[in-house]
Amino acid sequence: MTGSPARAAASPGAGEEAASQARLTAEFEALLAEGETVEPRDWMPDGYRRMLIRQIAQHAHSEIIGMQPEGAWLTRAPSLHRKSVLLAKVQDEAGHGLYLYSAAETLGVDRAELLAALHRGQQRYAATFNHPALTWADTGAVAWLTDGAAVINQAPLCHTSYGPYARAMRRVCQEEAFHVRQGYDLMKALCEGTPAQKAMAQDAVDRWWLPAVALMFGPPDTEAAGGDAKTAALGAAVSRRAIAWGIKRHTNDELRQRFVDHCVPQAERLGLTLPDPGIRWNEERGHYDFGPVDWELYRGALGDDTHTARQRLAHRVAAHEDGAWVREAAAAYAARQSGADTAGTSTEAVA
Amino acid sequence: MSRPAEGAPASWEVFLRPRRGLSHQHVGSVRASDPDMALSHARDLYTRRGEPLSLWVVRSDTVYAASPGERDPFFSNAPHKPYRYPEEFVPLSEGGEGDD
Repeated sequence: MTGSPARAAASPGAGEEAASQARLTAEFEALLAEGETVEPRDWMPDGYRRMLIRQIAQHAHSEIIGMQPEGAWLTRAPSLHRKSVLLAKVQDEAGHGLYLYSAAETLGVDRAELLAALHRGQQRYAATFNHPALTWADTGAVAWLTDGAAVINQAPLCHTSYGPYARAMRRVCQEEAFHVRQGYDLMKALCEGTPAQKAMAQDAVDRWWLPAVALMFGPPDTEAAGGDAKTAALGAAVSRRAIAWGIKRHTNDELRQRFVDHCVPQAERLGLTLPDPGIRWNEERGHYDFGPVDWELYRGALGDDTHTARQRLAHRVAAHEDGAWVREAAAAYAARQSGADTAGTSTEAVA
Repeated sequence: MSRPAEGAPASWEVFLRPRRGLSHQHVGSVRASDPDMALSHARDLYTRRGEPLSLWVVRSDTVYAASPGERDPFFSNAPHKPYRYPEEFVPLSEGGEGDD
């Protein structure tokens, strides 16, 4: 940030520019220190802007890709009531994506660019959704566990330092609570049903527990969580930066622990077993212990190359391309209307 | 607010009156090629719950704005004028409570 004296002497403008950068940075840091929000037209460091664009885009992409596992069950819902509920939930996910693209656009990017980057595989979404939803119970398990994890992740983001992101997240969180409840309700109905229905619920939890615990909270960022030292150190560096900028407020591992603490009693009430033999109450810590995630193994098994991952992206790209004629028609209609308006002004009185 | 990419639909700011007694509040933005479509997208996106009373859409590129960081003197009438506040003056009663 501050140039070397020799360089500053070589170009007279450089010292001045560095001083102005330092002043802007100090103002920005002071704003954060006061717990104020940063707003779109404020000066912000490039790194802050880049980190936000990356995080908001990843978040928005996860919302719209996340529509797919559940959306596929819409036509096969077991009752009209469950179908209406699932439809409302999937519509909400589309809405969450749109709130977030709107927030990202205040940072000087265009949502069309972000979608293009998703379609090219250059921007990511939560790998959780690269798991297939095999049975009806999966729609319940996804909502209860994955959305439950999202709520824990997202509640602190309602106070993230960037204003438009925080405001979008407040809307998202209000709606997310409904998602978790309806998922839990669906699981409860299955658990109180026939033995086959209960077995279906248990099977779905067996498959969705690890993706929720591991992938919804990101890689380990503290050594205490049992990750290997190198991964933890890398994660910790990224988290420290994000926390210093007020983008994140807790480490991934803190939030993961909070999620496990919430879920264990909920699973007990359903009479379901979470598929982790390491789960037990730790009186001393005041938290539930749980088995460490074998990150290396897990990441290897979950490349972008799995069948479901390719299917998710291909489905998204196809939906976008199939919609091209609608966008073209809308643009053509708008062009004709504005032409008609201009022509109309000379002959028609405006009421 | 970014410039729309070539061929991309325009950005519209959305203002919602969420219930009686409140003014319209900015809630976010949508992309649409004409005002009717902007209004219907805004309806789908921002009024899925509650009892909204009214919705406005305004093309983002028609918002004419000022912000303190860019134009400091523009807002110079706000600070440094303590005489615009009642606390600046002698209270109407002992302790000044119940004045307002």
